[in-house]
Amino acid sequence: MTAATDYTLAELCIVAASKAFADEGEVLATGIGVIPRLAASLAMKTCNTDLMMTDSEAWMLSEPNPIGKRPADFVPAIESWMGFSRIFDNVWSGKRHAMLGPTQIDKYGQSNTSALGGTYEKPKTMMLGARGFPGNSISHPNSFFVPEHNSRVFMDGECDFVSSIGYNPARLPKGHKLDDVDIRLVITNLCVMDFGGPDHQIRLVSLHPGVTVEQVQENTGYPVHVAGSVPTTEAPTREQLDIIAALDPHNQRAQQIRDNPPGNPT
Amino acid sequence: MNKQMTAAQVVAQLKDGMTIGIGGWGPRRKPMALVREILRSSLKDLTIVSYGGADVGMLCAAGRVKKVVFAFVSLDFIPLEPYFRQARQSGAIEVMEIDEGMMLLGLRAASWGIPFIPTEVGLGTDVINKNPDIHVIDSPYDDKEWVAMPALQLDVSLIHADRADARGVCQIAGPDFYMDDWFARAATQTFVSCDELVATEFFHDPTQARMVHWERSVTTGVVHIPGGAHPSSCSPLYGFDVPHFKAYVASAKDEAGIQGYFDQYLGASEEEYQNNVGGLDAIRTIELPTY
Repeated sequence: MTAATDYTLAELCIVAASKAFADEGEVLATGIGVIPRLAASLAMKTCNTDLMMTDSEAWMLSEPNPIGKRPADFVPAIESWMGFSRIFDNVWSGKRHAMLGPTQIDKYGQSNTSALGGTYEKPKTMMLGARGFPGNSISHPNSFFVPEHNSRVFMDGECDFVSSIGYNPARLPKGHKLDDVDIRLVITNLCVMDFGGPDHQIRLVSLHPGVTVEQVQENTGYPVHVAGSVPTTEAPTREQLDIIAALDPHNQRAQQIRDNPPGNPT
Repeated sequence: MNKQMTAAQVVAQLKDGMTIGIGGWGPRRKPMALVREILRSSLKDLTIVSYGGADVGMLCAAGRVKKVVFAFVSLDFIPLEPYFRQARQSGAIEVMEIDEGMMLLGLRAASWGIPFIPTEVGLGTDVINKNPDIHVIDSPYDDKEWVAMPALQLDVSLIHADRADARGVCQIAGPDFYMDDWFARAATQTFVSCDELVATEFFHDPTQARMVHWERSVTTGVVHIPGGAHPSSCSPLYGFDVPHFKAYVASAKDEAGIQGYFDQYLGASEEEYQNNVGGLDAIRTIELPTY
C-alpha cells in the first residue's frame, strides 16, 4: 500500500468516507450521490467485502457497478431482487448504513431535505421532501457528505424542517435514549467530523491537508469540539485510486466539489 | 368479466374531492395518459397520494389539487419538480409530508382494513410535529411511544402496467413494481392502463405470471394505451423522455407556464398528445436510464 501524492479532494473524500462502512459487517451500504456511492463501493472492494449494495434501481449486486454509462456487453453482478418495498424491510431491520447529503445539518445532527424558510403551509424554498430520512435516521446508522462546508449547511439554530432525528433532547421520543440515534461520520470538503464530543457535540476527527481548525469553525454555525491536536485526513493509496478510477470511468467525481481542487494543495 | 374501458370512461368515474393514489415512482412508470385525461376534464379539489413526479406537478399546476400526501416530488435526474415547488411556495395546496416508508405503511393499513400501523418512523422529526393528523401513541407492550401511521384510504388508484388482460390480470415486467400492489389494494377502485393488452393464455407461462403482483379482483378497469406512461418510463419497454422533461421543466420559467406546455403537447386526446411528442414509435425507442 503506497500513499499517493497526486490526488483530488474528491478522491480524498471518497477514501475518508469509505471508512464509515469499514466495521459495519454484513449490511446494506447505500451511498446517494457520486461521492457517497463511490465511498460505499470502495469499501465493498477493500475494507469490508461483506457489504451489500444495490444497483440503485432494483437489484442487489455482489460487485458494485461502475458509475455512469456502461458498455453494451456489461453484465451486472446481480445476486437478488431488491425493489423499493424490500428496501424498507431492510431499513426497519437496522441492517443498513446510508450516506446522504442533506441541505442543512444543525448542532444536534438533525438534517433537512424538505424546505427552507417560510412555513410548513407556504415554504420559501421547497426542496425534495423528507424522502426516507425520518425512517433512516431512527432505524440504522447514517453518515453525511457535504461538498461545500459552510454555515448555511451547518447553520445556527435548528433546521428549518427536521427531516431526520438527531441528538436533540427536546425531541427525544418517550422511552428512547439519545444513544439510540446513530450518526457516524460527517465528511466535507474541509474535514471529517462526528458527533462524539461531550453530550453528542459535533467533533473534529481529521482535517484535510492545508485546512485549519479556524477555517472549519468559521464555516460552521455552531461550536465544533476539538480535542487536542487533530490529525490530517489520511491520503489515498495508489491502490485505492486505481479502484476508484475503475468504479468511475467517466470521472464524474471531478464534478462533485467546486473547481475539483487537488487533495493536497502543497 | 371484461374490464376493458377507455381513459374517458375512467375519468367519468372520478368525482371532485376524491382521494386518488397514483402508482409509479418519480419519473418511472406513471399512468400519465390517465393523468392527462384528468387534465382534459374539469375535475378539481383532488387529494393526491403519490411517490410523486410530473403527475403531481401537472395536476398541481392545472389547479386540480387540494392536497398532496407525499414524501418527495422529484424527476430524479432533475431533483426538484418545478410546478410542485410553485404550488408549495405559493401556498396553493395543503400537504401531508411523510416518510417514504410511512406512505407504504399507510397504504398497507388501508389495504388491510386497519386504522393505523405502529412504527418508529417519523419520531423526533417534523413529519410528526407538522402533521396534527398523525398521532403518537403509547404501546400496550412496552414503555415507548410509537407513531400510529394512519391508513391512507384511497377512493381510486391509477396505475400503469406493462401488460394486462381484459379481466384485470396486470403484469409489471420492469425491475421494480414500487408500491403499486399496495396502491391497488388500498383503493376502492383501481384503474390500470397498460402498454400491451394480452390474451389470458399469455399468463399460462409461470415466468410471466410471476410478474403479476396483485390478483385480478383488485383491478376495476383496464385501459389499453400503448406508450401511456410517457414521458415517464415503462421499463423494459421504454425509458423516460429526458428532452421532454427538460422542456417541461423549462416551461415553468416561461411566462405562459403550464398553459404553454399544455397548448404545445396535451391535445384533445391521447392520439393528439402522442403526435405532438413525436409518435408512439419514437416513445418506444427511448433508451432505458442507467443508474
